[in-house]
Amino acid sequence: MGIILLILIAIMIIGSIVAIETKNLLSSVISCGVVGFCLSIVFLMLGAPDIAITQVVVEILILVILIRATITTDNTAIEGARDTFPYVSSLIFFGLFLIFSWFALQELPRFGEPLMRVSREYLKTGAAKTGATNIVTSVLLDFRGYDTVGEATVLFTSIIGAFVILRRKGRKEKSEADSEKFGILEDDDIKDSFEGF
Amino acid sequence: MFLYFLTLVLMVMGLYCLIAKKNIVKKIIGIVIMEYSINLFLILIGYKKDGIAPILLKNVSVEELTSRGVDPLPQALVLTSIVIGLGTLALMVAICLRIYEKYKTFDMSKINKLKG
Amino acid sequence: MDNLENEIRDTNKGMTSIVKTIVRYVMGIIVIFGAYIVLYGHLTPGGGFAGGVILASAYVILTLAFGRELALGKMSNTAASVLDNLGALAFIVIGILGFTAGAFFLNFLAKGEQFRLFSAGIIPLCNIAIGIKVTASLFAIFIALSIFGRFIYQMTDVEESGGEE
Repeated sequence: MGIILLILIAIMIIGSIVAIETKNLLSSVISCGVVGFCLSIVFLMLGAPDIAITQVVVEILILVILIRATITTDNTAIEGARDTFPYVSSLIFFGLFLIFSWFALQELPRFGEPLMRVSREYLKTGAAKTGATNIVTSVLLDFRGYDTVGEATVLFTSIIGAFVILRRKGRKEKSEADSEKFGILEDDDIKDSFEGF
Repeated sequence: MFLYFLTLVLMVMGLYCLIAKKNIVKKIIGIVIMEYSINLFLILIGYKKDGIAPILLKNVSVEELTSRGVDPLPQALVLTSIVIGLGTLALMVAICLRIYEKYKTFDMSKINKLKG
Repeated sequence: MDNLENEIRDTNKGMTSIVKTIVRYVMGIIVIFGAYIVLYGHLTPGGGFAGGVILASAYVILTLAFGRELALGKMSNTAASVLDNLGALAFIVIGILGFTAGAFFLNFLAKGEQFRLFSAGIIPLCNIAIGIKVTASLFAIFIALSIFGRFIYQMTDVEESGGEE
């Protein structure tokens, strides 16, 4: 169990190294997918089937959206003069962060022996109090329903923000001005001329 | 203990990608990797040795679930955070497409030079 | 039926007919699986968030394989926005209805018998509301990114070719 977990997390670290350092953007996105799918296997091994299901499907959608952003754009590597100072300072900072985190992690409960003062009550009385036999759902929607309202609000806000950024109202004046100058098609004509995704 | 440390290594690599890379899509990938590592850290803390999933089945009694079940609380919080990660990713990609429309490039250093 | 056959044979829109045929057979299974995950969220692993993402991915597959027009015919962008708002509103209304029994998000319906589909009071209703909300919002954001992305690249191509001349 522990060894398999170590191997899977090592695969995740190697995948993220490839995702960070490779030149081509499409390979980078696909390596990011490797990290996500290994993560879902780890969730399944750690006794969290709810999260494993969600992670698999969300990972597929993340890949589709990221490939959508990169596939038709200019995805060559960005070369340039590297400033040494930011790299060296950030590496020193990360080294210090890892060293101090090693000492801080000694204070946490050891792996496999969680503190479960609140959760034991949930496990003991959750099914009887709420009637839902999936304890995760009973925590999510009954004991901590107020949290879930907040999370739904955050999701709603991010979607609304994306719509506000993506809407075409601000560019209509520009396209009209351009169409007078260059004879470009109108907004709706351009939209209709595309077929498929 | 070593597993927690590896998770933090993963987080630091995402942070490095976020700070040092110049491509905007690379920065988004760094944020996604950081999200993964934090979710994994929360689930690892809640794991109990030889634990079973916190779901009451017909052949599992309540006493067995109480003594062997893993922590359901971080699972419930991570479950929503994954879906919210998808929403914020869509927001970031929208901003990224807007920047590409204005500057015709993903390079942050060029975008700084064209400011104003 | 003839309409669908024509849609599959039409090679101008979307992907090849192999992909379209497979999507046609797999689509129903995905939708049934997503609905199962949403409805049985209080008994088995799953719930509103996971099932909603699965249902949204069904629509994304439809968009990728058959093109945007057919997917928008199944659920238009306006309908997706309205369903998004209705899902969020229904979730909060269920929470506020708990005040009739005393507190916010109180489980005011009968608990029922364990391991049955109709049990656990308000939890299945909340799951359905969250499922509708997540499905609609993710599908809407995908459609918006798809339409607007195309538009950006068209505009940049026109401007770049104009600049070169």
